[in-house]
Amino acid sequence: MPYIPHTQKETEEMLKAIGVSKIEDLFDAVPSNLLQKGYYNLPEGLNEQKTKEKISKIAKKNKNAEMNFLGGGMYNHYIPAHVPYLAGRGEFYTAYTPYQPEISQGILQSIFEYQTMITRLTSMDATNASMYDGSSATAEVCLMTASITGRKKVLVGRNVNPQYREVMNTYCKAKDLEIKEIPFDMGSGEIDQEKLRQLMDENTAGVFVQSPNFFGVVEDMKEISSKVKAKGAISVQIVTEALSLGLLVPPGENGVDIVVGEGQSFGLDVSAGGPGFGFLATKEQYMRKLPGRIVGQSEDSDGKKAYVLTLQAREQHIRREKATSNICSNQALCAVRGLIYLATLGKKLKDLAMLNHKNALYFQKLLNGKKVSRLFSSSFFNEFVVTVDNASEILKKLRKNSIAGGINLEKFYPEFKDKILICVTEMIDKQAMEKYLGSL
Amino acid sequence: MQTIFEKSVTGRSACQIQKPMSEETELKEFRLTLDLPELSELDIVRHYTALSKRAFGVDDGFYPLGSCTMKYNPKINELACNLEGFTQSHPLDETENMQGTLEVIYSTQEYLKEVTGFTGLTLEPTAGAHGELTALMMIKAYHLDRNDTKRKKILIPDSAHGTNPASAAMCGFECIEIPSDKDGYVDLAKLSELVNDETAGLMLTIPNTVGLFDKNILEISKILHEKGALLYMDGANLNAILGIVKPAEMGVDLMHINLHKTFSTPHGGGGPGGGFVGCVKDLEAYLPAQRVVKDGDNFKLDSNFPKSIGRVRAFFSNFGVIVRAYTYMLSLGKEGTQRIGRYATLNANYIRVKLSQYYNLPHKVNCMHEVVFNDEVQAQYGVSTMDIAKRLLDFKYHPPTIYFPLIVHGALMIEPTETESKQTMDEFIDVMIQIAHEAKASPQMLHDAPHTTVVKRVDAVKAARNPVIVCNMCCS
Repeated sequence: MPYIPHTQKETEEMLKAIGVSKIEDLFDAVPSNLLQKGYYNLPEGLNEQKTKEKISKIAKKNKNAEMNFLGGGMYNHYIPAHVPYLAGRGEFYTAYTPYQPEISQGILQSIFEYQTMITRLTSMDATNASMYDGSSATAEVCLMTASITGRKKVLVGRNVNPQYREVMNTYCKAKDLEIKEIPFDMGSGEIDQEKLRQLMDENTAGVFVQSPNFFGVVEDMKEISSKVKAKGAISVQIVTEALSLGLLVPPGENGVDIVVGEGQSFGLDVSAGGPGFGFLATKEQYMRKLPGRIVGQSEDSDGKKAYVLTLQAREQHIRREKATSNICSNQALCAVRGLIYLATLGKKLKDLAMLNHKNALYFQKLLNGKKVSRLFSSSFFNEFVVTVDNASEILKKLRKNSIAGGINLEKFYPEFKDKILICVTEMIDKQAMEKYLGSL
Repeated sequence: MQTIFEKSVTGRSACQIQKPMSEETELKEFRLTLDLPELSELDIVRHYTALSKRAFGVDDGFYPLGSCTMKYNPKINELACNLEGFTQSHPLDETENMQGTLEVIYSTQEYLKEVTGFTGLTLEPTAGAHGELTALMMIKAYHLDRNDTKRKKILIPDSAHGTNPASAAMCGFECIEIPSDKDGYVDLAKLSELVNDETAGLMLTIPNTVGLFDKNILEISKILHEKGALLYMDGANLNAILGIVKPAEMGVDLMHINLHKTFSTPHGGGGPGGGFVGCVKDLEAYLPAQRVVKDGDNFKLDSNFPKSIGRVRAFFSNFGVIVRAYTYMLSLGKEGTQRIGRYATLNANYIRVKLSQYYNLPHKVNCMHEVVFNDEVQAQYGVSTMDIAKRLLDFKYHPPTIYFPLIVHGALMIEPTETESKQTMDEFIDVMIQIAHEAKASPQMLHDAPHTTVVKRVDAVKAARNPVIVCNMCCS
């Protein structure tokens, strides 16, 4: 029997020690009419070989493209071989939350290093040990801004990832917060700042702007943040393509109060959406409003440097209904993987981000030469929107050549007929671009 | 040990970035500094290998951390979730291209349907607490949809995990605590008294955090249902009853499961986890909207559920965790599934019986998958639960969960799981007995424990008083 090591003899010895004749006797508290008789209606268990054959067969049913121009919140980047290798060490991946610091210094220090990486990338002061993902972390920040300001309304750009907006809606509805969308400018692709000004009032807790936004366009976070803060609201920047942090002016320098996003680009597979990790960083004054675990540096009883979970008075296991959040599990292992990725890229993260940006712009210009025009005028990072003659037909044609040509935006914006969101990462080479152009 | 930042050497590098295809850019502003470390690949490999050796997982040794179900994580599950077909599956691809992904989600749901007895379900939540939150949102939506606007109170036993009240608060519910009776069960008289037309539901952990199956479960659900309230089951402890009872048959209306507990996906030093919510027919309409359905031989997505609470997570949640759980389910099959709750319970009771002469057992009945002792005996020598836990570290065991549940003073909550052998438990029992003797003979030695770890007891108070949560060492 898989993974249950008891021999018949051992089971009998144990039953004897306990003083019962069969295992079922231990369930005397369960009402007898509830006890299941016999096996469940499930298939026979498979041995490891058959398990592998079966799951491999299912994996092969996915018809993933060889050349992938899909982004929209999950990005296909190269993962150096040692990144999953190190994060896959059993001491890391089979551990629990580091409640016992004396035997968990390795995880605690790794998370401490992760926290340092995130604050440096974002130019913020404080962060936590990771969140589930970008979308749920953003939704948690809705509650965080309401808690900080005592206000009950949240504004979010309509050019924020549509699935993120759905999650925000769900959380806001549960907490009885009002949520309103800020329109975007059809020419630039950026938030309509005049509309933002009109929508903000004395009940606005937080303003959520994604940059680079869902269309890949870089927002003027400096200007937006200053407008938002003038109204006493919290300026929140969402980042779904974390790689952009390597190149663009960091949120902290633009006056952003809270930055929240998805770290999947840092060494994690697309994997249908997860596991990646959510990150959340803020200014020092909001540190105690952060949800989730935080690792701090301290000393042991000999005065030696040591790490430990800290500021736990915010958390559910201490504060119960008064906690900043209910989050307990996070994505620690994914954060460690992100950390190892960032340690690998180091200062060259900027070069990789630049490569993404320049190659994306290069491909956009190539498309322009084929009379496929770009929709928005403002600068983009590594994604852009183009207008084509017949989006679904073109995407189908590309797919026949094993090219995932982009995301048909009509799914998310009914008014956007025949618009495709195209993402170019370092995984796209010239050959792929040529093949794309040739299939048009 | 130095941090990675202190090991940085200006000009060193672990990667080569290609040249761009063109030097053109439209961006007007860039970040000026990026204070990340510069290291070689070998520097990085040695640093994180060294850190991993300062960590402790199930692969290293016995990990009887109560309520966390630290069972063995089979390696085939890791192989499965790393299959390229899955890792390269993009969540915004067309469904016709991701039939494998959808099949895994669908089949996992079918398995969970059978073992829980529920008809409605979602795998969108990312972790246990996320599942709780999802379920509470559904409870709220259910009552509001019936124009039952008065139901703003959630009842929670005093033995519950902290996530329960925290999740309820995130939905704007008022939390009402239900005391446990002297045997550790829900106080039925108090429950009847507190349930009324303002009660949205009860959050009940089954078996409870004292490791007991509440024998009054049918009575509890009856009391709630008669007053129009719902029974929510916290399934963190499902491992105990897998193959024994189906939650839906106990009068439970909806529940969450942690895939990273019962279904053996690794905890990763805190995550990623996997969540699941199952519910009865009356609540199906409120489940998160994106559902995987079978259409002939194909799978597709259906999002047309106007009463749904909406999405709780973008894309397909922690899909890699779902693949691991499904792989585990494939290996278990019907026989393996039936044995999990039985052997988890056998192991816990074996430890209960073997240690009960040495440690105080507040509830002297058969336990389920975990057994809760406390430090009452050792306290007479001035030795606390903390001392016992720290001493266990010297013997290369992860200590049990300590000081939880809150209703047991000085609790030591031991959950061996079914994957541990008699031999492993015998060794652990011997060490626990030795510590019980040490408590009497040399209490100071226990106060000073651990003696063999890379650091001694860590000062948590100092860390919180003056928080240092990032390294301030520059890399250049």
